[in-house]
Amino acid sequence: MAMATAPSDARAPARWQDFIQLLKPRVMSLVVFTGLTGLVAAGRPINPILAAVAILCIAVGAGASGALNMWYDADIDAMMRRTRGRPVPAGRVQGADAAGLGVVLSLFAVMLMGMALNWLAAGLLAFTIVFYAVVYTMWLKRSTAQNIVIGGLAGALPPVIGWAAATGQAPLNAWLLCAIIFMWTPPHFWALSLYTTEDYARAGVPMMPVVKGAAATRRQILIYSCLVTPLGVLPAFTGLGGLAYLAVSTVGGLVFLLLAVRLFRSHAGESPDPRMDDGLYDVRAGAKDARNLFAFSILYMTLLFATLLVEHLAGLHPLQLFHPLQLFQ
Amino acid sequence: MSDPARETEAETKARRGRNIALALGLFLFVILIFVVTIVRLKGNVAQVF
Repeated sequence: MAMATAPSDARAPARWQDFIQLLKPRVMSLVVFTGLTGLVAAGRPINPILAAVAILCIAVGAGASGALNMWYDADIDAMMRRTRGRPVPAGRVQGADAAGLGVVLSLFAVMLMGMALNWLAAGLLAFTIVFYAVVYTMWLKRSTAQNIVIGGLAGALPPVIGWAAATGQAPLNAWLLCAIIFMWTPPHFWALSLYTTEDYARAGVPMMPVVKGAAATRRQILIYSCLVTPLGVLPAFTGLGGLAYLAVSTVGGLVFLLLAVRLFRSHAGESPDPRMDDGLYDVRAGAKDARNLFAFSILYMTLLFATLLVEHLAGLHPLQLFHPLQLFQ
Repeated sequence: MSDPARETEAETKARRGRNIALALGLFLFVILIFVVTIVRLKGNVAQVF
């Protein structure tokens, strides 16, 4: 738990930027992007101010989860190169302040979402925050190698929240977007963890490569890649995506699979591979296949949601190839 | 809480920055609630008439 802070003498004074850093702005921007896609893809006219408020609530809710995570995980963060500069382990912000910020912002985000939009969206937002802060951070992360598989649900829910904010409903098409992110999370994070194993092992976090080994992780990555790529194409058949989406998801999916197969055949993560510096993309030659899949997985997800967003904003007609079956309507 | 009389210049500057950020956040929150209220009110009035 979050007890590891630097002695007070060594603490630099907390600046307001440190509190912004607690909100994990990079994660917030991803969540805003997928939440906005859900909101727009819902296809129901919504007052632009209320739409902006919905996105703000999703962003603040995600930021609040980040602050709670940084409070609770300060001990782990202090042991990992990637995270030791965060405000709490670096001693710039007290753990209690981070926790307080997280709780207050969670309450603001959920209450505002409920009052301004609807209580389904607010309930889903509250569930997401609790799932990330309590189920993932406090329980799964330290206890099972499946931590990011199950915990990935928190990162996958924003499109459903956005959809619910716009319509007051959460139909299967919204859950399809959630399922795509959910299935994408394991190959994305495990590819990264294959070349940051030392960090996770030092911190005692039971990530898949630490617990099951590199070969098992590469096999799991391939299995999840085989699941996420067809799932990524599915919106083109359910009245959600158009021709552009079909093309992007098919080509992107094939490249994703190719990189996953290459990673499966490689020896990435098997020999000790201390990272050359703190950059996420600087690795030794042996781990390049893992790095390539990690980097492409970000591009893949960005392209899928950006294409959906553009298609819906441009008013392009979805393909609806399964429409007669009414599968997702 | 640090004693203001013993604060270094850096601590005073950081505290002032935090206070301004908090004031700005609260002000924006009040404006946000006001705007949302007007938008929701307008929508409900439009439904009545």
